[in-house]
Amino acid sequence: MTTDAEQRTADPSVEDAFTAALAEKDERGRSLWIDAWHRLLKNRAAVVSGVIMLLMLLAVLIGPMLLPWEGDFTDWDHTSSPPSLETGHWFGTDAVGRDILVRTLEGGRISLLVGLVATLVSLAIGVTYGAVSGYYGGLTDRIMMRAVDIVYALPFMFLVILLMVVFGRNIILIFVAIGAVNWLDMARIVRGQTLSLKSMEFVEAARACGVSHQAIIRRHIIPNLLGVVMVYVTLTIPQVILVESFLSFLGLGVQEPMSSWGALVADGAQDMEYAPWTLFFPAAFLTVTLYCFNYIGDGMRDALDPKDRL
Amino acid sequence: MKPLLDIRGLVVEFDTPEGVVKAVNGLDVRLAEGETLAIVGESGAGKTQLMLAVMGLLAENGHAHGEALYRGRDLMQMSPQELNRIRGSDIAMIFQDPMTSLNPYLTIETQMVEVVMHHQGLKRDEARAHAVEMLRAVRIPDPEERIRQYPHEYSGGMRQRVMIAMGLLCEPDLLIADEPSTALDVTVQAQITELVRELRERTSMAIVIITHDLAVVAELSDRVIVMYAGEIVEAGSAEDIFYRPQHPYTRGLLASVARLDKASDDELHAIPGNPPNLQDLPTGCHFRDRCGQATERCKRPPPLWLDDTGRLSRCVLPMAGGRLQAGQILPPEPDGAAADEDAAAPGGEDA
Amino acid sequence: MSKPVLRVQDLAVSFRSHTGGLLHRQEREIRAVDGISFELFAGETLGIVGESGSGKSTLARAILGLVKPNRGRVMWLGENLTALDDESMRQRRNEMQIVFQDPVASLNPRMTAGDIIAEPLWTFYPNMDRVQVDERTRGMMKMVGLLPNQINRYPHEFSGGQCQRIGIARSLVLNPRLIICDEPVSSLDVSIQAQIINLLQDLQRKLGLALIFVAHDLSVVRHISDRVLVMYMGQAMEVSAKTALYRRPLHPYTNALIKSVPVPDPRLAAAARRESWLTGDMPSPFDRPRGCIFHDRCPFRVRRCAADVPALRRMESGDWVACHRAEELDLTVR
Repeated sequence: MTTDAEQRTADPSVEDAFTAALAEKDERGRSLWIDAWHRLLKNRAAVVSGVIMLLMLLAVLIGPMLLPWEGDFTDWDHTSSPPSLETGHWFGTDAVGRDILVRTLEGGRISLLVGLVATLVSLAIGVTYGAVSGYYGGLTDRIMMRAVDIVYALPFMFLVILLMVVFGRNIILIFVAIGAVNWLDMARIVRGQTLSLKSMEFVEAARACGVSHQAIIRRHIIPNLLGVVMVYVTLTIPQVILVESFLSFLGLGVQEPMSSWGALVADGAQDMEYAPWTLFFPAAFLTVTLYCFNYIGDGMRDALDPKDRL
Repeated sequence: MKPLLDIRGLVVEFDTPEGVVKAVNGLDVRLAEGETLAIVGESGAGKTQLMLAVMGLLAENGHAHGEALYRGRDLMQMSPQELNRIRGSDIAMIFQDPMTSLNPYLTIETQMVEVVMHHQGLKRDEARAHAVEMLRAVRIPDPEERIRQYPHEYSGGMRQRVMIAMGLLCEPDLLIADEPSTALDVTVQAQITELVRELRERTSMAIVIITHDLAVVAELSDRVIVMYAGEIVEAGSAEDIFYRPQHPYTRGLLASVARLDKASDDELHAIPGNPPNLQDLPTGCHFRDRCGQATERCKRPPPLWLDDTGRLSRCVLPMAGGRLQAGQILPPEPDGAAADEDAAAPGGEDA
Repeated sequence: MSKPVLRVQDLAVSFRSHTGGLLHRQEREIRAVDGISFELFAGETLGIVGESGSGKSTLARAILGLVKPNRGRVMWLGENLTALDDESMRQRRNEMQIVFQDPVASLNPRMTAGDIIAEPLWTFYPNMDRVQVDERTRGMMKMVGLLPNQINRYPHEFSGGQCQRIGIARSLVLNPRLIICDEPVSSLDVSIQAQIINLLQDLQRKLGLALIFVAHDLSVVRHISDRVLVMYMGQAMEVSAKTALYRRPLHPYTNALIKSVPVPDPRLAAAARRESWLTGDMPSPFDRPRGCIFHDRCPFRVRRCAADVPALRRMESGDWVACHRAEELDLTVR
């Protein structure tokens, strides 16, 4: 039976192990992001959706270059012809003989671009606004959030239509208009998260070490917000695409010869009875995209489990 | 005498993204009527999971096998409805944090009266009277008035007492208390302990206390089970465990607790290393990487020493007055020297 | 006698709380810390003991300026910290640090152990080059018993005890002279508690730190402290040298605390019923007793206690107590 003193100090084999371990190379850390990524990969719906979206991206970027005709090429021999392999119009043509496949892919470029850019705009504005408001709190927070409430109360569609009418149908304007409204939600969500993060002990610890406010927001608040923000972004993109589609449906979206899925759907809806393929294919692409983003967003939310975050 | 609760061969596993984790690894526990049993262990020991499994309260990704006989009926084989009838009326369970165990949106009255009406079939006013009596028994002042309040209007200690009152409403034969005093101030702890002692004297309730607080164990238990990494490493009466601990882990635990009645100047005897990671346990004896007395022998699963009083030790070191469980062999000494004489098991071989 | 490194004078912190429904909105004041004074010398450990609601955690934060006090002064090395503006206070932070209760919550889950420990260095020595920072970080890890090759691991890959070691390393990296530990071992397993306590004592000896150890566990506090401050509802009941306090407490509340502590020994536990050395529950912070704040629970109260607030006064032994009957009572622990 070893004496108390001997029992107290680690036994020799533990000491040796410690000394040996000191000489070992640095171990690699496994960040929470990697864990979340692995979890996401196990979610079949999300992975399939991800693959489909990648293929979609490739298709809209490269597809039109590989096809023999452009989107505005009118094939007078084959107006309103149904999809067939012999004519080469795999998705058929519309009333003026334009190939639906090319139009769909080119429309996809615009729709996805709007989705991405508008979301990035709302992300940039929303995250900064929300983080600042939430972090500084007090009067600043109250004023900033009241401003959000006021803008929120304004009817969005009305504003966009007004802008379109006043400034014309400019694609940049569409990005801005949509982004300018979506950031409100993002700001609220980010502010809420910031408020709860602010009271976390590791933020307190940073203050106790004299870390500056900007550094705290940069190093401690924002990285821990990213999870929520990322999920929200993947769910915002389809929303934005839908908004653009709606605008196009109203006739306020992108101007000819550019087209978006919404515009194509609007056109196709008119010819629905005798040329249903002009509606079907753009609508299908649109729907598939929306579904995929939603599945990816859901998958991300599950992967970034609250147990892991805060 | 037949035991009140007889758990045999209990195994509890969890499905995790990293694989299957065994939280409890083949446990046998026996509890007699009116007895107070303490299950001691630290994180990863499996003590809470053991009881949750028996009560049918495991998380979705958990599976349990084995038998848990309550008065001869196997709890593990019961349907959810049958279990529901037993839970609350025959077996009551109290959890650690009274703040999260009580529904903050319902008055105490609502929560208590529902339980009584459901399990004992009383009418509402009878049930209410019974609930008020219970609150009085746990020394809540002005129970007639306070029963109408909400949980947040009670202090932490009072909420814990309400939890105990709710557990006792149906006069259960067995009370399972999971870390009953960990979240409480020491003065409140003292009151709760007194309360439990009183109740024990009045009823013949059996109690299982799950805790890592050795002081609470010393105050209340008749028998003690020490768990480590999902296994029982030592068991015995409170006297045995505190005054004649056999297993190095038990000894280490006892030595590392700061005590008011001992001199305060020496260094505390800390057990080196970290709590066990159930996904990465050492082979053989799970404690060997933290044990000051581990030798090569410990790389093989350690044998179980038993005696007739239920005293148990899972270690290569022989237990005083014990013999090896039938069929087990002591692993050989590292240098081939002859093993101790106690190693002879009935029907077994000398190592 | 040398001068104290820290002098807290009549420190008070209050919070506003809004109660009542729509119609009877009331704004009430919660006096979390209600006039605390004490001194701390270099190399000394002051234990602060109290139950929930005693205000000990708020006091710890108020000393470090993480919470603004409403009244009183904190004199650090002769300078009044409460009078400093934010920026000046920020510059003094390298001299005093804090270790938190929940080791996992006090570490940013997205930063590596190395970065967490290095952050104070980046803040105070922005011009220190990376090699130096790396060396110092590894040195700190070794000092607290962590393997330096784990420097790139994340908090969730460590155990609770190891996370606490990271927290301690972070608090030491700037060579502070004072460390306030706010319940540093309460969330840890028993066997790990002992390791961390040993570590803290070791570091204190090696580095000559002044330590404030806030806890509710009297046995642990006794083990590590030189002097002990007992708090109740924001006020100081007693400030005594360790041995004196545990052998013969001066204040009835201290007495109740000590007598309530269970001992891990079945025979002693059976013999000593932890009798009620206090009655009732802690009063609500909105309903503070008049006179001595402890009187309604005190078994020794007399009429005077309900009327006069006892001041914290110095006894012959050099210890302080806030009780009218301190001279008469003999609360020796038997």
